[in-house]
Amino acid sequence: MAKQYETVIGLEVHVELATKTKIFCGCSTEFGGAPNTHTCPVCTGMPGSLPVLNRQVVNYAIAVGLATNCEITQYCKFDRKNYFYPDNPQNYQISQLYLPICRNGHVDIETADGRKSVGIHEIHMEEDAGKLIHDEWEDCSLVDYNRSGVPLIEIVSEPDMRSAEEVTAYLEKLRMTIQYLGASDCKLNEGSMRADVNLSVREIGAEEFGTRTEMKNLNSFKAITRAIENERERQIDLLESGQQVEQETRRWDDAGEYSYAMRSKEDAQDYRYFPDPDLVPVYISDEWLEEIRSSRPELREEKMERYKREFDLPDYDIGIITGSKRMADLFEETVAICSQPKKVSNWIMGETLRLLKERNMDAGDIRFSPENLAKLIGLVESKAVNSTVAKEVFEVMFDEDIDPEAYVEEKGLKTVNDEAALRSAVEAVIDANPQSVEDYRGGREKAIGFLVGQTMKAMKGKADPGMINRILKELL
Amino acid sequence: MANVITDETIDYVGILAKLELSEEEKEQAKKDMGSMLDYIDKLGELETTGIEPMSHVFPVQNVFREDVVTNGDESAKILKNAPGEKDNMFMVPKTV
Amino acid sequence: MDLLAYSAVELSAAIKEGKTTAVEAMEAVLAKIDEKESGIHAYVTIDREAALESAARVQKKIEAGELTGPLAGVPVAIKDNMCTEGMLTTCSSKILGNFIPTFSAEAVLNLEKAGAVLIGKTNMDEFAMGSTTETSAYGETKNPWNLEHVPGGSSGGSAAAVAAGECFFALGSDTGGSIRQPASFCGVVGLKPTYGTVSRYGLIAYGSSLDQIGPLTKNVSDCAAVLEAIASHDSKDSTSVERDDTDFTSALSADVTGMKIGIPRDYFGEGLDARVKEAVLAAAKALEEKGAVVEEFDLSLVEYAIPAYYTIAAAEASSNLERFDGVKYGYRTPEYEGLHNMYKKTRSEGFGAEVKRRIMLGSFVLSSGYYDAYYLKALKVKAMIKKAFDDAFVKYDCILGPVAPTTALRLGESLSDPLKMYLGDIYTISVNLAGLPGISVPCGRDAKGLPIGLQLIADSFREKTLIRAAYTYEQLRGEFGTAI
Repeated sequence: MAKQYETVIGLEVHVELATKTKIFCGCSTEFGGAPNTHTCPVCTGMPGSLPVLNRQVVNYAIAVGLATNCEITQYCKFDRKNYFYPDNPQNYQISQLYLPICRNGHVDIETADGRKSVGIHEIHMEEDAGKLIHDEWEDCSLVDYNRSGVPLIEIVSEPDMRSAEEVTAYLEKLRMTIQYLGASDCKLNEGSMRADVNLSVREIGAEEFGTRTEMKNLNSFKAITRAIENERERQIDLLESGQQVEQETRRWDDAGEYSYAMRSKEDAQDYRYFPDPDLVPVYISDEWLEEIRSSRPELREEKMERYKREFDLPDYDIGIITGSKRMADLFEETVAICSQPKKVSNWIMGETLRLLKERNMDAGDIRFSPENLAKLIGLVESKAVNSTVAKEVFEVMFDEDIDPEAYVEEKGLKTVNDEAALRSAVEAVIDANPQSVEDYRGGREKAIGFLVGQTMKAMKGKADPGMINRILKELL
Repeated sequence: MANVITDETIDYVGILAKLELSEEEKEQAKKDMGSMLDYIDKLGELETTGIEPMSHVFPVQNVFREDVVTNGDESAKILKNAPGEKDNMFMVPKTV
Repeated sequence: MDLLAYSAVELSAAIKEGKTTAVEAMEAVLAKIDEKESGIHAYVTIDREAALESAARVQKKIEAGELTGPLAGVPVAIKDNMCTEGMLTTCSSKILGNFIPTFSAEAVLNLEKAGAVLIGKTNMDEFAMGSTTETSAYGETKNPWNLEHVPGGSSGGSAAAVAAGECFFALGSDTGGSIRQPASFCGVVGLKPTYGTVSRYGLIAYGSSLDQIGPLTKNVSDCAAVLEAIASHDSKDSTSVERDDTDFTSALSADVTGMKIGIPRDYFGEGLDARVKEAVLAAAKALEEKGAVVEEFDLSLVEYAIPAYYTIAAAEASSNLERFDGVKYGYRTPEYEGLHNMYKKTRSEGFGAEVKRRIMLGSFVLSSGYYDAYYLKALKVKAMIKKAFDDAFVKYDCILGPVAPTTALRLGESLSDPLKMYLGDIYTISVNLAGLPGISVPCGRDAKGLPIGLQLIADSFREKTLIRAAYTYEQLRGEFGTAI
């Protein structure tokens, strides 16, 4: 009988923090600037420059640590990790090895196999590297240091996961928690959340862990799942054929669905960590900790319970709305203005989700304001527009965040509530469609739908269909 | 000399430090490093159990910046000394 | 009167009184440079035009009453490891042979604010690694008192420039004695402040936890005035200390009555030149006669300072110098095959032998398997050395001893044996490990006429004690003479 193997997985997750400035200098962290326009002597490693720590980085790291049940290292330090690479301007990265800010935490995840706790070994603060762009024309590489010095936290899990499902659940959990804390937007595809997978296999029942590999360049949940399956098979094949797994770093090629070892004889993997003499220790007092603890925003689980209690929404809807911090914020802020949770939820669950999907967007990309959504709901409530017009207005609002009241006014989309005008329109339709009138009178109820439609068309859509229906029935 | 530095050690340190020594320099480096380490081994005479390693001489802590953007576009200055430049970026030998 | 006979403070006073001008002072310095520089080679870079232009600018501001400080109008030389905006800054290394900083070091900016006028950049041991200024990639500097001897180092160019009248004062940096020892060898005053007193922003780092910028001057009064000008709390340097006692000139009083001075027996043992010992003890005697209470004591751990220092300094240097890689600035080898070959060739060609030696040693002591045995051990010994000083300062206001075991060596004498060169730092190094202030004051000359330095060391933040003791001694000593 073939041997049965178990996959053992631990994750190193890098998260870019949502600070306005870099970790050690006053340069902007904003995305998308022209190359090297968000740089200064500090984040380009100019001789004589010195780092000064951004306080907000520590605040965010503590907040994430507390939310993941970590012990906070109240006396922590920064160390230098030394290695040469052009994206690393000092040729050392300022990180934490000896006294990381958080240790010994855990998060609870839920999969089809049930609930489980995944241990967090540590969380440390560090700086991001710059970006390397390959230039085909000159056959060289070009370095842009705009991302150099952007603050990161690295969350190192224990090797507690056993499947791709658990890894996905763990990442989702981390992502939600960190988004709710406001510490990062955690976008895998844009690199503000990045996961390296440490994976080994062992025979089921074995006590010892197998030799692990580290997999890099995983940019989506799908890539992570594929890479885990692929690496598991690769390692089992090696063992089955009597070979050994090499402890190494591998790079995943998602298009080709394979990985390759990132080996180089110039890469000694000996980082010569030592305390950075340019930075002083961080002492986190009990008061500081308490301040962060007490100002913690509501996390997803808490929000879900409250929505059920306060708004009585269906579990499914609550799940979707709280599935993104942006969406939950939008929901709450709109409800705060218009006090109509059901209506707000309907707009989110219906049109918003539909357009997000159609436009291939993420909830984080929603542009329209809660004020405008509340106004639109108000317009429908007061019957100033009918639901068809409302949907059209919503789509424009979704794309351009227009003020629906002004828009409706400007485009003349207001429902015509003038009884006499409607009545004459209905009369004209009755006159023009004798066959349908006949059918209706002959008992074909459905024929009235056609007549309502024709009236709406004549009114250019700006009528209340209920009102048309009533007048039609009266006249027939 | 108690510390014997091998060719392998010199080569290894050369990889770490990105230094390539000539044969002559290597021989000299082996000798120098050996005698320096012999000398540093003197520290072993001291009993240091229970002593906290001291990185900073003063108990200065919690020196922070506030999270406020203070720097504008300095790219022209930053690139001024670059040995190789293209499209506002530093040009380096191919990395992939 | 010969302008060059003025001290920095006297010169500024004379300018303000209208007896001379900043431009005349600069012209006098440039004339002296023309006369002496070919023999001494104190400078790496001199910008005559800019120097005269800034002198004229400063003169106008003095006349307009905008610059009133004690250094206004005074020509200054800066060690070449401090960034000067728009002016070549090489660290006396080939690897920075073409590097023009885009900002100035905070200490340099402070001097500019005080109205001092930059002449140029002084020669040094490459990246401040050395004690003789012979490891410079641009040729050695010679001792103005005797051109066959070294000026000391690593701030040898700064010390020689002050001694030769090629400037009125200079800035140096001190990681293991690099201000005090050349000051001693060149017969000038040099002070290494308490760690954190002068911002390190813009100082190209050697050993970050040990480096401090400080003055090299003609006398103690100048030294106090310069220190007062450059000391500042800088939010760009996390290790910068906020002090409210930087009015150092207030300590210029010739009074040591009741001051407790300890003489460490450990500083007067084997290896100390007899003439040096004699001169230093004579200085102690003079202070005692003036009312100080002088006694001998055992400092302990002195022989462990050098191995601890070289471990820590080399480790930090190996990391600090990683940024010199041919990517962002400085030298890049003309021919290479691929990235790693470019790194290796650039660095191997760009750095000199002593720098490579220390980078190799530093990389080794931090490497996997050796960190605890070497680096961590050295940090523990550092803690013990600091403790030994703490204990001493319970009893003494300051510690008195020699700066170096000998006077200036002959050129080339120490290069052949690095270990021997390192041993020359034995009396200065522990001051850096403990972060203390130390001053070197000329106290005699040897048979060849080479200067001898007296070192005074005080507890952290007690520069005023040093200045008072040094000033008192200087008054007792009288004119020292010059190499001008």
